[in-house]
Amino acid sequence: MATIHFNKEGFEKAITSGGITMVDFWASWCGPCRMLAPVIDDLANKYEGKAVIGKVNVDDEQALAMQYGVMSIPTVIFFKDGKELDRKVGVMPAEAYTAVLDANV
Amino acid sequence: MIYDIAVVGGGPAGLSAAVQARQRNRTAVIVSGDDRDGPLSKTERVDNYLGIHGVTGPELLERFKTHAEGMGVARVTGRALNIMSLNGTFYIGVGSELVQSRTMVLAPGVVRRAKFPGEAEHMGAGVSYCATCDGMLYRGRDVVVVGRSAEAPEEANYLHGLGCRVTYTAPIRPEELNADIPFIKASKIAVCGEGKVASVKADGQDIPCDGVFILRSTVAPTDLLPALELRDGYIAVDRNMATNIPGVFAAGDCTGQPLQIAKAVGEGQVAGHRAAEYLDREDNKKTNQSK
Repeated sequence: MATIHFNKEGFEKAITSGGITMVDFWASWCGPCRMLAPVIDDLANKYEGKAVIGKVNVDDEQALAMQYGVMSIPTVIFFKDGKELDRKVGVMPAEAYTAVLDANV
Repeated sequence: MIYDIAVVGGGPAGLSAAVQARQRNRTAVIVSGDDRDGPLSKTERVDNYLGIHGVTGPELLERFKTHAEGMGVARVTGRALNIMSLNGTFYIGVGSELVQSRTMVLAPGVVRRAKFPGEAEHMGAGVSYCATCDGMLYRGRDVVVVGRSAEAPEEANYLHGLGCRVTYTAPIRPEELNADIPFIKASKIAVCGEGKVASVKADGQDIPCDGVFILRSTVAPTDLLPALELRDGYIAVDRNMATNIPGVFAAGDCTGQPLQIAKAVGEGQVAGHRAAEYLDREDNKKTNQSK
């Protein structure tokens, strides 16, 4: 499954859907975010059916970025039942994300 | 494109490594900030470089750069913010750009500066190292720019242009800084706040803000590559200038004393050469596999 690009509605629906959701807050003008993109896409494939993995473009969804206190991008936030579980700021190796996913799927 | 060799640092070691890579017919790119931040730019007179003496630092650097450019070395100007390795490719984030390579030579010079009090604790909670990346998130809000590089004033002007309410702090007011940006002369910096940044203390003066952009000339190599091994505070290398990470080499002041141009050029030459050989071996492996 390809990475989902969330708007506000899709985002709110996904994070309250029950399972674990991983959301990458990013923007096209940010080199490190583009660096992380293949990692996120790879995880979206690997965790298909087990976790929802998507992205929020902070350029289009500034209110969401504000609401979740995203102050530096990329920021990856994990949600379960609408609540924030964990967040990783900056570019991390794939294992940093899979550790959180594996503990919660 | 994916370069054969990406060099972080545009001083004598980095330029030498890139020239040697080109000599071996490998593609090379240099990622470097402003030359004005390098120690050679501040050297009044060089007398101990074999065959070229009695020149100023900037003159010598210019000759090195012209040589590298003439050999077809590409250049990306900016700070390398982070490095990630994925499936045999290194990804280097430089502001809004992304540089890709198969090997790396680290030649950023000596990065002595320790982090400010409160800086590490507030990473991702108001502390940022990239105005291009995070500026938009602070539109209409108060930010402090801690200027520690030649490019910092331009980045402060950029934030100001975006609509951030910028206060600039540094030991000296830079000429390039937009006249509308308030300046606070200070050298001792601390980042304060519970959970997220609430203010910056500059020589004891409290500046309330939502974010602080700390703009140094280089990011410490161990922040770029956390797995990198150090020895006595310098990057640990062997006789091939290889670090503990496969495909990553290091040269120049970052590997230790003496902090001299000739030593940097020599180490850069070895690093560039060994990086090219590393690629030859990798290419051979691929050819053998496909046979």
